[in-house]
Amino acid sequence: MQNTRPEQRTIRFHVSRFHPENERGPYVQSYEVPVHEGMTVLDGLHSIKDNLDSTLVWRSSCRMGVCGSCGMLLNGRPGLACTTQILKIAKTDLSVGPLPNFAIIRDLVPDLSSMFDKHRLVHPYVIRADEAEIHDPSGEFYQSAEELEHYLQFTYCIKCGCCMAACPTLATDARYLGPMPLTAAERYNADTRDGGQRERAQVTGSSRGAIRCHYAGECSRVCPKGVDPAKAVQLLKRRLVLDYLHLARKSEPCKKLKGEGSGSVMPKIATAPAHTVEARKEPENLLQHSSSATIHRP
Amino acid sequence: MKAARLWTWHMAAGVVLFFVLGLHMGIMHLGEIGHWFAPYGNLAVSIANSRFRDGMLTFTVGYIALLAIGLFHGLYGLRTMLLELTLRPAMEKAITVFLLILGIGLVGLGTWAAVAAHGVALAGVKG
Amino acid sequence: MAAARHENRIGLWGWIGGGRWGIERYAYSLHRLTGLAVLLYFLLHIVVTSLRAKGIYLWTGSGFFHKPIFRFGEYLVFAAFAYHACNGIRLVLVELGVAIGKPIEPVFPYKTSLRVQRPLLIAVMIVALLLLAAGGYSGLTQ
Repeated sequence: MQNTRPEQRTIRFHVSRFHPENERGPYVQSYEVPVHEGMTVLDGLHSIKDNLDSTLVWRSSCRMGVCGSCGMLLNGRPGLACTTQILKIAKTDLSVGPLPNFAIIRDLVPDLSSMFDKHRLVHPYVIRADEAEIHDPSGEFYQSAEELEHYLQFTYCIKCGCCMAACPTLATDARYLGPMPLTAAERYNADTRDGGQRERAQVTGSSRGAIRCHYAGECSRVCPKGVDPAKAVQLLKRRLVLDYLHLARKSEPCKKLKGEGSGSVMPKIATAPAHTVEARKEPENLLQHSSSATIHRP
Repeated sequence: MKAARLWTWHMAAGVVLFFVLGLHMGIMHLGEIGHWFAPYGNLAVSIANSRFRDGMLTFTVGYIALLAIGLFHGLYGLRTMLLELTLRPAMEKAITVFLLILGIGLVGLGTWAAVAAHGVALAGVKG
Repeated sequence: MAAARHENRIGLWGWIGGGRWGIERYAYSLHRLTGLAVLLYFLLHIVVTSLRAKGIYLWTGSGFFHKPIFRFGEYLVFAAFAYHACNGIRLVLVELGVAIGKPIEPVFPYKTSLRVQRPLLIAVMIVALLLLAAGGYSGLTQ
């Protein structure tokens, strides 16, 4: 009878351990893990926790490369534990550490709050003069498929922090914004609905902004979603230089298909179907804290 | 935005240096180009040829420009590296001031030398 | 009380650190190193050449500046300049968004801007090598 079970091999996992209450710094603990083809690093960690050491701590959630929780340093390179096949990067030994350039909370859990703080600084949302339209829209914004492509790639970022861990500037410069926040800035700058370029340039054009990138390219190489942060940051730099030299093309945020401030609707665009839910008017004081209109079921 | 502006000039200076410093090296070390500016023998860096070039106003102005552009590009680059070490703001300011003084001082020294050498060379021609 | 964190910044090793990095990472490290080397030479060059205003021509005669070791050192500086200049032109083009392509929809296996600018990297490295060869030939024949 043919054996259909995949071949098993033992891989030595060298896992970085750190408990803030017991240790002064991280140390490496090794585990022998039976591995078969198809197993991801995350599967390997689960195997350790289930069978060898229940105290091992890491952060993960979706286990399919969507949530961005399980970014780790795998054999010296940042990547997602859930989408990295063990046998693709390890023959006998595999080192697993927390993402560098972030403080360690425990074992393999990095403190990503510094990244999210920097993300917040670049105003990662659509900014418009007609702010009321954002909160209580009277119609859709007009944006062509071609215009969408200017920023679509950068919207796939899952904020896993791999790019930040691979960046050589962030290895020494704690104040540098880093690839993820700068990519987010370019994502909104390139969005034709947005008019906040000048506001973002105050941060992205500062001494902690895009000029600290020197195109080592590691962020793009390690990005598990193909977002290409290095490209976004170079486009951001180009934007800063052209703005400074007054060579940038003047553009206004796009108009709406209908409603207040509308442009002309392109021919052959079908009429949108009627709303299935009705937007509820929020009281003024609540509107200040909420950016999305709530709905009630009919 | 000030940082982005300085960086733009750093980049522009780099492009200028690519051509001007390349030309400078060609004149000093490649006989095929250098002989136009080195009429006294084959060695472009000999005293006689150095004095000949010092006597040309184009070279005096060119030396000063090359000095200023080169120093700006180089010292800004060094400052960039140092400022990426997450130093204390006071230290960063001290580095900026030190490099600024060093740059201005060296531009001053080089300008004085170029102008003085120009004078010496012209006096030699007249004398 | 907030729990203690362990700082995990790579530090200076991150600038030059080996490992599973790509060629652009090494191009970046070498760009810094050659920049520092050229700057150091440039600062000494300014002082040495400024002395000519006082009639001191240190580079003539048969002193240290004519010893083979100094000539070799000078060649290394030239090599550093050739690399730094050629790679610098690539960086200017890349940083102005010229040679990196337009944003695309990421479809696995992902193609990044690194691959788009790679021919440019190879081209400038060939130019740098040609300059090195020409400089070496010129130095040996002088």
